[in-house]
Formats: sequence, C-alpha cells, structure tokens
Amino acid sequence: MEKLLELLQQDGQAGPETIAAQLGRPVEDVRAMIKECEESGVILGYHAVIDREKFGNAGVSALIEVRLTPERGGGFDRLAHRIARFEQVSSCYLMSGAYDLAVIVEGNDLREVARFVSEKLSTIEGVISTATHFQLKIYKQNGFLSKAEDEVRRLPVAP
Amino acid sequence: MLPLSDRLAKQVAGLPRSGIRDFFDLVVGRDDVISLGVGEPDFTAPWNIREAAIFALEKGRTTYTANLGLLALRRAIAGYVKKQFEVAYSPETEILVTVGVSEALDLAFRALLNPGDEVIYHEPCYVSYSPSIVLAHGVPVPITTKVEDHFALLASDVAARITPRTKILMLNFPTNPTGGIQPRAELEKLAQLAIEHDLIVITDEIYSELLYGGDGGMELPEHTSIASLPGMKERTILLHGFSKAFAMTGFRLGYACAPPVLTEAMMKIHQYSMLCASIMSQYAAIEALEGGMDAVESMRQSYARRRNLMLQGFARMGLPCFPPGGAFYMFPDVRQFGLSSKEFAMRLLEEEDVAVVPGSAFGPAGEGFVRCCYATAIDKLEIALDRIENFVNRLK
Ligand SMILES: Cc1ncc(COP(=O)(O)O)c(C=O)c1O
Repeated sequence: MEKLLELLQQDGQAGPETIAAQLGRPVEDVRAMIKECEESGVILGYHAVIDREKFGNAGVSALIEVRLTPERGGGFDRLAHRIARFEQVSSCYLMSGAYDLAVIVEGNDLREVARFVSEKLSTIEGVISTATHFQLKIYKQNGFLSKAEDEVRRLPVAP
Repeated sequence: MLPLSDRLAKQVAGLPRSGIRDFFDLVVGRDDVISLGVGEPDFTAPWNIREAAIFALEKGRTTYTANLGLLALRRAIAGYVKKQFEVAYSPETEILVTVGVSEALDLAFRALLNPGDEVIYHEPCYVSYSPSIVLAHGVPVPITTKVEDHFALLASDVAARITPRTKILMLNFPTNPTGGIQPRAELEKLAQLAIEHDLIVITDEIYSELLYGGDGGMELPEHTSIASLPGMKERTILLHGFSKAFAMTGFRLGYACAPPVLTEAMMKIHQYSMLCASIMSQYAAIEALEGGMDAVESMRQSYARRRNLMLQGFARMGLPCFPPGGAFYMFPDVRQFGLSSKEFAMRLLEEEDVAVVPGSAFGPAGEGFVRCCYATAIDKLEIALDRIENFVNRLK
C-alpha cells in the first residue's frame, strides 16, 4: 500500500497496469487498493501541478497567518473548517508557534485577495489577527522544481 | 623507422577492442534510440552530495590529500563497511581511496601478479577484468557461469581449474552483466577452496547495495561478502565504490580494503601513478556515507520496480530471463532465434531503435544473451519493451 501511494504521489497519472507491473502484483489488486484509498479518503484527489508563472495570467497567491481564539471542547477545529471551506482557500494548516493557522489564498489579483482577507477572514468572530504575505516567486512546489535540472546525457552504451 | 604499431607493448597490442566500443559507434548518431545499453544510474547524484562537493570548492579545498585519502573519509568508509559487510578495517592501515573501482582493480592486480600468475574469475563479467589481468602480466582463467545456476559460480568448477600458478580468485556479485548473486552456501565453499589452496580473493562489491529480494524484489535481502567469512579477511581485497549505489559515476571514487601489507603495496602504485583521488569527490563521498543512505534505498526501490516491469514484459513476449538478484541489468536468453547475440543486438537497433549490449561483449560465455540496463525512465522502458516485443514476434 505504501509503495502504491509513493508511486501515485510521484505520478498521479500512472495507470494501474504500469503500477501493477512495477510492484509485481496483479492489476486487479492494484485497482482494488486504489479504490479503497479513494473511498477511505487516504487519496483526497488528483491534480496537475501548474507553474502559474509560465502561464500568462498568473494570478496571485498569499500565505496568511491567522491567530484565533481557541474554543472550549473543539480548540481551533470549528473555525479552521469554516475558513477552509472558502473556495479562495487552497490550503489551510494548523501550526505550532507564533500564529495558529497558515492559510493559502489564491486570487486573480492583489485586490481580490486583500478583499477576501478584510471582508471574510478578519471579520469572523474568533479571528484575532491576520498577516498577509504575498508570494513573489516560485522555486519549487509540491515536490517539483520550477526550473527542471538540465537533462544529463549519459553515454548510450557503456561497460 | 619501424611502424609505430610495432613499438607498442606486446600485451597492449594484443588487447582486443572492447565489443562495447564497436557497438557504441553504431548507436551514437542515431536519433530516437532508446538505449538499454547504459552502465550507470539514471539518477543524478543526490543533491546533498553534490552540495558537499560545491561546499568543498567554496571552502577552497582544492589541494592534494594524503595518498590513502582523507582520514575522515577512510573513517567513514570503515564505519560503512563494518555495517554493510560486517568486516572491520583500520582506517589508518587497511583502506585506500582510489579513482573508482576501476583504479582499485588495476592496483590489486599489479600489486599481486608476477608474469604467468593465473587469475580465476567468472564469465560473463565486467569488460575490464581480463584486460586488467593481462596488463598486469597475469593469465586470465575465466570460468563460465550458467543461466541454469542463475549465474552463480560453482566451487566445483573453480576447483577443476586451480593449478600451482593460480594466485587470485576474482569475484563480482551482484554481477555485471547478469545481475546474478552468489548463494551463501556456494560462497562458503569458495572460501574453503581459497583457504585450502592459499589463494588471494579480490571481491568487486560495487553493486552490493542494489539487491532485490522477497515478493516482487522490493525487500532488501541479506548480502554476504566473502571478506566476512571466517579466515577470509586476511586473504581478501574488498573493492567498493560510490558509482552505482550513490549514483556518483562522474565523481570517480572507489576504495580498496585489505590487510596492511596489501594496502601498502597498492598504495605505492597509487602514490606514483595517481597520487590521490580528487579532494572534491572525497568530500562529496563523506556526505554520501553520512547522509546518503535514504537516497540509496529509495533508488534501490525504484530499480526494483523497473526490474519487475522488465520481467513482466519479457515474460509476456516469451523471452526467457532469470530474475536478477541485484545490480540494474537483465540478461535475457535470445538463443531461440538462431542469431548470435551481436546479430540480435544489431538488428534490434536497426529495426526497432532499441540499443542493448550483446552478451558476447562480456566474454564468450555471454554469447546467446543480451544485457538490458533498466536504469532508464519507466515510460521509455515501456516503449522499449513494446519495440522488443515487435522485434521478437517477427523473429519467431
Ligand atoms: C562490476 C563493475 N566493477 C567496476 C566498475 C567500475 O566502477 P567505477 O566507476 O568505480 O570505476 C563497474 C562499472 O560499470 C562495474 O560494473
């Protein structure tokens, strides 16, 4: 199972046949394992990792540090879920340290993100403060370097 | 004036051109070839290792090192070899850092052989063994290993070839080009023979991290080096390096571990011919041993997956191939088609643009087989398998 997930994490498009051949398992087993992972939520989804800088209308992305008032019983969960549900939010993590939530927000331009923060995020009861950091340049995302390493040519035939 | 070709040393003039070289010339210059003819990892050296070499340069570490190599590296090697092979060597007197296993091999033969001394080794094998023995004025005594035995070296075959001139038994498991490994029981018999006949053993362990065991080859099986068997350390030269497991071929770094007298003898040759291995590479190698093992295991697993893909592909097309226990080569049997391995490889290249190495490049014992290196991207392997299948179907 772990090996299967590792392969899918590297290449979400790897077909069950290729995976089965690589793991030396019957293809039906691999199909069943993938299905099980999808149903149990171990695999949340699949997406392309896009380098927005290389693509005309890049949009903007910001990391927002959010401080929250914890609640009796649920801690930060209720507020975090509430924030995570906004479609502008692409990722949302509870953090240790100086702030509580790291919220990644995507938008078409600065103003759109700023509006989301001032109108939606900071107005939620329980949000103590926010600090917005706009992303300036991408070097690596989700394991992929923006500038792939140059292809190295090996000798085609060697001892 | 005598023709220059008549001035060459006899043992050099007599050396055959490598079969690999011939084939290389055919492959370069063709586009769209998928090459399974390579002999090195498709990974770039892990970043932390490259970064250590850069750091060494930044720090101005551009000098010679001790002839034996940096003491810090020899200490790291001693620790690694102890863990990996369960043999303890002294970093001060029993470890020599070399320019690849290639140099270490040459040193070992030159340090030991007098003209006419015989070296027993198993074939098919790495292309350098026989020439290195000849260049050191020794006599190569190849023993054929067979696919029926999964290319293990049978002690009975060795015993039959031992003469009063036999000085060295040379081993390489896992083997290039077959991927064969030596079962422990058979290794013990070889050790027994070496002791009985007072032979020196040279063991080239360059692929010893790349092993495939258990279901689907994903597990890392036990590996025994002959150096670790009782009574063997004192008569064994263990050769190892960074090229394969750490994907560091271009760093050109290897080492020899041997009893002090032998290390000292090899060091003398190394001192006068090479002085020392590159200092940048030596610093990179320290990082490899200290922080590179996770990368080694993840590369091993990646090879294991590709090995499975190849095995399944060959099975599908009816090309017999024994499941290799190590390295990153498959050695399928092409005897059923009535072509020599060279003809098979040439036609496969011409008709389907896939390069494999004829088994005969690894000695006459390799005839009837071809070497396919699977250290290549999965999607390319899949295309190569389809093309080989087309070719094989036409031949049938
Ligand atoms: C069995 C064997 N020994 C030694 C070598 C040479 O290794 P190095 O790069 O350490 O000189 C190779 C390389 O292909 C090999 O396959």
